Amino acid sequence: MEFPANLYYSKDHEWVEVEGNRARIGITDYAQESLGDIVFVELPQVGDELAAGDSFGVVESVKSASDVYAPVGGKVVAVNEALLDSPQDINADPYGKGWMIEVEMSDPAEIENLMDSGAYQQLVKEEKGE
Amino acid sequence: MADLKKPPLYEEHLAAGAKMVEFGGWMMPLQYTGIIEEHRRVRSSAGLFDVSHMGEIVVKGYDAFKLVQKLITNDAGRARGDRVIYSPMCYPDGGVVDDLLVYPRDGGEYLLVVNAANKDKDLAWIRENAVGLAAEVEDVSAATAQLAIQGPKALEILQPLTEGELASLGYYRWTRGRVLGVDCLISRTGYTGEDGFELYFAAEAAPHVWRRLLAAGKEKGLAAAGLGARDTLRLEAALPLYGHELGPDISPLEAGLERFVCLDKGDFNGRAALAAQQEEGVKRRLVGLIMVDRGVPRQGYPITAGGREIGRITSGSYAPSLEKNIALALVAAGTISTGAEVEVSIRGRLNRAVVVNLPFYRRSKK
Repeated sequence: MEFPANLYYSKDHEWVEVEGNRARIGITDYAQESLGDIVFVELPQVGDELAAGDSFGVVESVKSASDVYAPVGGKVVAVNEALLDSPQDINADPYGKGWMIEVEMSDPAEIENLMDSGAYQQLVKEEKGE
Repeated sequence: MADLKKPPLYEEHLAAGAKMVEFGGWMMPLQYTGIIEEHRRVRSSAGLFDVSHMGEIVVKGYDAFKLVQKLITNDAGRARGDRVIYSPMCYPDGGVVDDLLVYPRDGGEYLLVVNAANKDKDLAWIRENAVGLAAEVEDVSAATAQLAIQGPKALEILQPLTEGELASLGYYRWTRGRVLGVDCLISRTGYTGEDGFELYFAAEAAPHVWRRLLAAGKEKGLAAAGLGARDTLRLEAALPLYGHELGPDISPLEAGLERFVCLDKGDFNGRAALAAQQEEGVKRRLVGLIMVDRGVPRQGYPITAGGREIGRITSGSYAPSLEKNIALALVAAGTISTGAEVEVSIRGRLNRAVVVNLPFYRRSKK
């Protein structure tokens, strides 16, 4: 299981990659593995405004539908439309081709509320009961 | 979580890296490598399912037949010799207590195989119905392991490991045999829409049979399959699942199980109610839907036609063999027919679906 060091992580198992004011968001390797085969993704529209903690989409595995929450707030500036046709990219490459949206952050300080790779790895260990 | 039961193969599942989930009071394997892969394996070669969580109840005594006949909607008289039957078991109002398999045993006994989640309720119901009859009801679930080997290669894999000939065993027939040296009840039954066998044997032999079967079948493509694949397989085959297509508020006639309701066999629980439904026509019926728009239909989602709500999804999923999203739904009778377009409300948005004939998937028979 991968926990790239350059990313920030939320307790809801989303990751954030920050470049300037822009944040790219997806779900973590642990999240995709827990969900199993992903068969459908619902994404927001470019231009939608999100507050940190808002549900911005749905990821559905064979068994269930799960909401995905915005780790940071802002305006949606890009959406990974390719996932609509190949949602399994999230399973195969959660931090790469499986990215979901990019937002222009309204408050970059919100990043401070997220975990670094080490802290997130610890959270996953606890959730798995290790 | 403390009182969750573990199947005799619990340690085997953990060692195989299974994702375990609570199911009907048991910790059972949801998947090993992935639901879609396991599903496809069952359709193309074979999968091995641990279904030891299922309940096994023996009914014996002078009135055993009478009791079973009173309990089930199918004709218990058909369960004789090597014939197994499937049947709903109803309340007097025609709602379903459970659905089960009935195996006739020597000496006029019957083995009833029931759903794990319903076992305690079923036992109480069967005992209540046995009052005043010369019949004994015994729960043998804990002592019994059940494995299902399912898929087009099931026969080829199981035969060399079995004393006794399996090829001549017909669909819904059972026999006794030794598999890997272990005494088994072997039936040509399953819940996947594929050819296959279900094996019942002493729980303590489960790890031995499980390991050896998987090892022996490996080169023919056999691998462990979990409850996740079992559910997508049964959905494609349009086989009902209790709590979805069947329940206390759904009658077997609404669920499309007329074939298993014998109104002319004499009296039984629910007969009058079901006869009345038959006479007046059912108010709801089960239909199949294939999604036209994107989105996965799930249990409980409303279905509309012409702006009017006509029913609800009972089961829905991505269907790996069809590569489409499909659903079973209970809809008001007479509102739609095959080929009609309806909308499924998914999180408040209407997504188009088309009504299709069932089952969604039918295996090609040789």
